Amino acid sequence: MQLTSPESLIFWTTLIFVVFFILLAKFAWKPILGAVKSREESINNALASAEAARREMQNLTADNERILQEARMERDALLKEARDMRDKMVADSKQEAQVQGERMIEQAKAAIEAEKNAAMAELKSQVSSLSLEIAEKLLKEELSNKDAQTKLVERMLGDVKLN
Amino acid sequence: MIISIKPVRFLLLALLALTPTLNFAASNDSIADKTEVVEPVSEGHEAVSSHAAEKEFSPTDLINSHIGDSHEFHIADWGGHPISFYLPVILWTNSGLEVFSSEHFHHDNTGHHIVNANGQELVRYKEIIFYADKFEALTQDERDNGAFAFDARPLDFSITKNVFSMLMSAIVLFFLFFAVARSYKKNPKAPKGLAGFLEPLVTYVRDEIAIPNIGTKKYAKFMPYLLTIFFFIWINNLIGLIPFFPFSSNLTGNIYFTFVMAVITFIVTTVSGNKEYWGHIFWMPGVPTPMKFFMMPIELIGMITKPFALMIRLFANITAGHIIILSLVSLIFIFKSIAIGPVAGAFVLFMTVLEMLVAALQAYVFTLLSALFIGQAVAEHDHH
Repeated sequence: MQLTSPESLIFWTTLIFVVFFILLAKFAWKPILGAVKSREESINNALASAEAARREMQNLTADNERILQEARMERDALLKEARDMRDKMVADSKQEAQVQGERMIEQAKAAIEAEKNAAMAELKSQVSSLSLEIAEKLLKEELSNKDAQTKLVERMLGDVKLN
Repeated sequence: MIISIKPVRFLLLALLALTPTLNFAASNDSIADKTEVVEPVSEGHEAVSSHAAEKEFSPTDLINSHIGDSHEFHIADWGGHPISFYLPVILWTNSGLEVFSSEHFHHDNTGHHIVNANGQELVRYKEIIFYADKFEALTQDERDNGAFAFDARPLDFSITKNVFSMLMSAIVLFFLFFAVARSYKKNPKAPKGLAGFLEPLVTYVRDEIAIPNIGTKKYAKFMPYLLTIFFFIWINNLIGLIPFFPFSSNLTGNIYFTFVMAVITFIVTTVSGNKEYWGHIFWMPGVPTPMKFFMMPIELIGMITKPFALMIRLFANITAGHIIILSLVSLIFIFKSIAIGPVAGAFVLFMTVLEMLVAALQAYVFTLLSALFIGQAVAEHDHH
């Protein structure tokens, strides 16, 4: 290469480059790099918020699932309780019915006994009154004559003496 | 064979190659015409066209002129006359600042055409402007290595082809990214259009270059620098591949440019170096004390070799690519055959596509290594 005057190109290169650099740095690189950076940040933020929204969505779904599960469990518990209660009620009423029945039988038996006793007492009184009537009739017949009466009174008196 | 075209880009040459005989037949006449045209406007000085001196097609000269810098932007040749975009010549002479159009040199690069600027007599030899009287005293060898003969020439701060191209690329890039920055204000949503195209590149530099090499904590401070060098080098690599005006300059293949870029990376690295960085240079931890003294100069040289490698790598890669493409184009003129045109054209196409890859790759490598060096300078070691 034919070397020409070095000072010309060295001088102008230095001058032009320095001025060019300062102008570009101020009017081009600063806004460009700033814009690129802020855009990258906003993209990153957007991505992060999208991720957060997705996570929140996931949480919501999980929550819903959990609530549903809880509701289902509650329903099951309620059903079970109801079934238990029904069973218990059935069992209780069965038992009560039995007890009631037994008691009724008992009462019936007692009534029957009482009736029987009453009947027996009636029968007894009837029998005794009948006996008395018979005895009266017999005595009337026997005491229709005076001797017989005296004899009887004497015998009775003799019985009293004995006592 | 006489060739009057000097700085014409390869695509133009490839097109011209389709009618080589016609082109070169006209060349003889055009030189004669040119001498007549040049002399009346030569301000009374001796004017010998540089083209007249070239009797033979020299691929070396062609390639050198293409990969080198120049004071005017050659666009095309028309009827043997070069059509150029004349850039301003800015000189710091013994009597002060001189500014004039490079048109006054009349394409002369042989040191024969004297331009009088405010009493100073100036000549141009191989794109270097000398004082006419001091130029006469120089030997041929001193003339050829005139870039550093500061006592024989004024300081040259001209807007050369490379400076012009760099300025253009800086303005284009600035408005490109300014538009992107503005689009973010209007559209805070997903990027679209220009921003959608450029933002992946910006985030690529950030995520694949800055963060892995510098670390998440400190990368932000260096992002503007890394982005700037990445896009600046890349666009200038690409501009060098476009073979017509106002592109086609070989800025990133110019060692002065890569030198400045490497120096800036060196300065950034050195300024941001922390205690551990300097500790590793002057008092290498973990080695025996005698070795510490031994390591010190090695580490100091290492500070320089890193940006030096940056400078050479970019320069060599881009220049090599240009040389290969220009050599392939030169084949047409060396063989003087129309048959070689399509073959060379196919190779040039292949190389150009490859160079487009290299353009991005070298911008990436330069940025990556800059980030790596910065990362080394700001790294916090928690193990010793």
